[in-house]
Amino acid sequence: MKFVDEFRDPAVIGHAVSEIRRLAGPSLADRGRHYRFMEVCGGHTHAIYRFGIKDLLPPNIELVHGPGCPVCVLPMGRIDDGLSLAKDSNFIFTAFGDMMRVPGACGSPLQHRARGMDIRVVYSPSDALKIAERNPGKEVIFFAIGFETTAPSTALILMRAKAKNIFNFSVFCNHVTIIPAIRAILDSPDMRIDAFIGPGHVSTVIGCRPYEWVAKKENKPIVVSGFEPADILQSIVMLLQQLRGHEAKVENQYKRAVPWEGNRSALKAMAEVFEIRPYFEWRGMGFISQSALRIRESYAAWDAERRFQVPGVRVTDPKAAQCGEVLKGVLKPPQCKLFGRECTPEQPVGALMVSSEGSCAAYYNYDHRRSEALTNIGAPA
Amino acid sequence: MCLAIPAKIVELLAAEESSAVVELAGVRRQIDTGLLGDDPPRIGDWVLIHVGFAMSKISAEQALDQLQALTVLGEHEAALEEIRGYEFNQSTSGNERGQT
Amino acid sequence: MLCDAKIRFRDSQIEMAHGAGGKSSRKLIEGLFAPLLLGPSSGPLGDATYFETNGTRIALTADSFVVKPLCFPGGSIGGLAVNGTVNDLAVSGARAEAMLVTYVLEAGLPADLLEKEVRAMAEAARIAGVSIVGGDTKVVEHGKADQMYITTAGFGSPIPGLTLSASLVRPGDRILLSGALGDHGITILLARGELDLEADLQSDTRSVLPLIERLAVVTGPGIRWMRDPTRGGLATSLNELARDCGLGVFLFEEQIPVHDEVRGACELLGLDPLQIANEGQFVAIIAPEYAEAALDILRSAPDGDEAAVIGEIREQPLGTVLGITAYGGTRVINMLVGDPLPRIC
Repeated sequence: MKFVDEFRDPAVIGHAVSEIRRLAGPSLADRGRHYRFMEVCGGHTHAIYRFGIKDLLPPNIELVHGPGCPVCVLPMGRIDDGLSLAKDSNFIFTAFGDMMRVPGACGSPLQHRARGMDIRVVYSPSDALKIAERNPGKEVIFFAIGFETTAPSTALILMRAKAKNIFNFSVFCNHVTIIPAIRAILDSPDMRIDAFIGPGHVSTVIGCRPYEWVAKKENKPIVVSGFEPADILQSIVMLLQQLRGHEAKVENQYKRAVPWEGNRSALKAMAEVFEIRPYFEWRGMGFISQSALRIRESYAAWDAERRFQVPGVRVTDPKAAQCGEVLKGVLKPPQCKLFGRECTPEQPVGALMVSSEGSCAAYYNYDHRRSEALTNIGAPA
Repeated sequence: MCLAIPAKIVELLAAEESSAVVELAGVRRQIDTGLLGDDPPRIGDWVLIHVGFAMSKISAEQALDQLQALTVLGEHEAALEEIRGYEFNQSTSGNERGQT
Repeated sequence: MLCDAKIRFRDSQIEMAHGAGGKSSRKLIEGLFAPLLLGPSSGPLGDATYFETNGTRIALTADSFVVKPLCFPGGSIGGLAVNGTVNDLAVSGARAEAMLVTYVLEAGLPADLLEKEVRAMAEAARIAGVSIVGGDTKVVEHGKADQMYITTAGFGSPIPGLTLSASLVRPGDRILLSGALGDHGITILLARGELDLEADLQSDTRSVLPLIERLAVVTGPGIRWMRDPTRGGLATSLNELARDCGLGVFLFEEQIPVHDEVRGACELLGLDPLQIANEGQFVAIIAPEYAEAALDILRSAPDGDEAAVIGEIREQPLGTVLGITAYGGTRVINMLVGDPLPRIC
């Protein structure tokens, strides 16, 4: 696969790994400094586990998984709200595959489907609109999730629905924005992150400029990174170079796909359809202001929240769930008291167990058993 | 939010606005190019696909630059090791190549 | 006695995940069916079981076929039903001799469609060398049975030279795979038409009995355990092995054959080829001294050029399947939970 295989080539990876070891190794300058890098985006978390990247890094580089998993940070109540909108047999509820197993207080979308609701997985919001066109007698709801990578596609589809007068289609909008999430991490008093591996695909839309305050005001390096192993490792090289040179700036490692200025068309479509909510609840992080999108008045006819009664269900996670601390990198997943016991991927209690790229689920599925098994026989994990 | 994959534009669909067919590894899918309105892609262009939409064009030159930069990293390291070895030995035994 | 059996199945309702072949399926089978029907002393559950009567050992298997669409590139439900049954017996060390077949038909099913499937079944049985000796038919109302469901019962005789059990697996044993993964599952996904993907792919459905019989002749003493990775994929089968033998199952990810189109579709949809169903492949755990000869046999078969040694068994980590990436990194490979779902994150 072009533009993929070359960035997975073991020879190329080898070069990046030796450079990381050289830069991160003990020297007079840093006396074996411990580095903590947060990868913001869930897609990076997934790639890190899939390619076994942690195994390639020297022990003094720690990767902390950030809050960029739109499924994980969605409050459970919003799932119940969404599903309640489609209780009538006249409704078709559509959502991405990622949402299907996420439990609301009354069960997940798949569980609701088993009870008879018409719930369909779509790969694209265009598919949801097509379903509406093909089923004129039904109401189709699209449960929209995702950061700025996905929001423009939802926006474009709403514009199409309006242009084509498709009225049996509406969107339940749960799009969130990445900058407030990064801000919340940095504002946290017990935050201990040295630098950021920035979200690559969100940046194809918003560009690199929105991260400048991270470097200038917070004095933390941030490198916008691609998702192949060579990309992630090269980004780590760039972060190490900045830190060793006492620099803090925004760099674009993913130049082949990310324009510095972002995608104007995509931003225009978002501005046309969406406005920023004054505040929105993030599971595990509480209410964050100006952190989510809602549909504008001009598109009210396609806004599921305006057209239908939304119960406004609020479900709080048990106090014992320490999602917030794990999200900020203060705790590692196994340090949360519920990890692996009350909270597992099959019975998730908190946000980070819910999707396979949530840090707790990723750790549980791709790290936990290996570490545990090695611990059982007394070998170092 | 993050799963996006590079694919090549193999067909532009005249009948539907902003529609194209892409191919990757022999798999073909119709996608929406509506987000690339400022610089519509042409047949042969590579684009990044996310949820059935082209998000940006992929630059082959930038990709090549990046791979070259990565390859040089390792060579730089090998050269440095050699130099380090010499420096070490000049202050002690003198003749043998050192090991780092 | 059986009424006192401990039911560990706690879910309140049955869902699609319970039929996907992964973790949820195991929970249902091991937590409800096995304790009540098989009794507390039943050992690890395999694809087939052995039964002794009047001094003769016979292998038995049961299977059900629910596939949508009924007909897909490379095959259809009729052929799938035969091959699936023959394969379950073959990987359990038995040659299929006879089959019983049950058809549950939906009212409104066109007769010519039914005839096509029955012909496909007859042809597959002829090629596989198994006799269909009887069966049953029921018709249910329109709207049930997705046009048709087929269930089978297969009976076989033990293949000489094969003694198979997870308990025979040893550190150092090699993991042998007959061919490329994921063709069937991705073909079906594409054939459903919901994802708008097109690719030149077809199901790999076939009987693997001839291959296994040849392996038995030449390398029989070295074969410890086999499975056909159907629903749930290779990841699920190997997790079952890891759990049953208690050892570490290591996969060299670069050695695992996957066709480009399967790789492409999986990348696009965020799926893992290791969790996708196969209908014409099998995995065998084989003693190292027999591995090369076994590979030669597999490769000499038609469509066998992709057969490969894809891993090995190690002492540690206990009961875990680990993938070794091209760079020497490791990742735990998990059993499927429910149906593989496309993801966007």
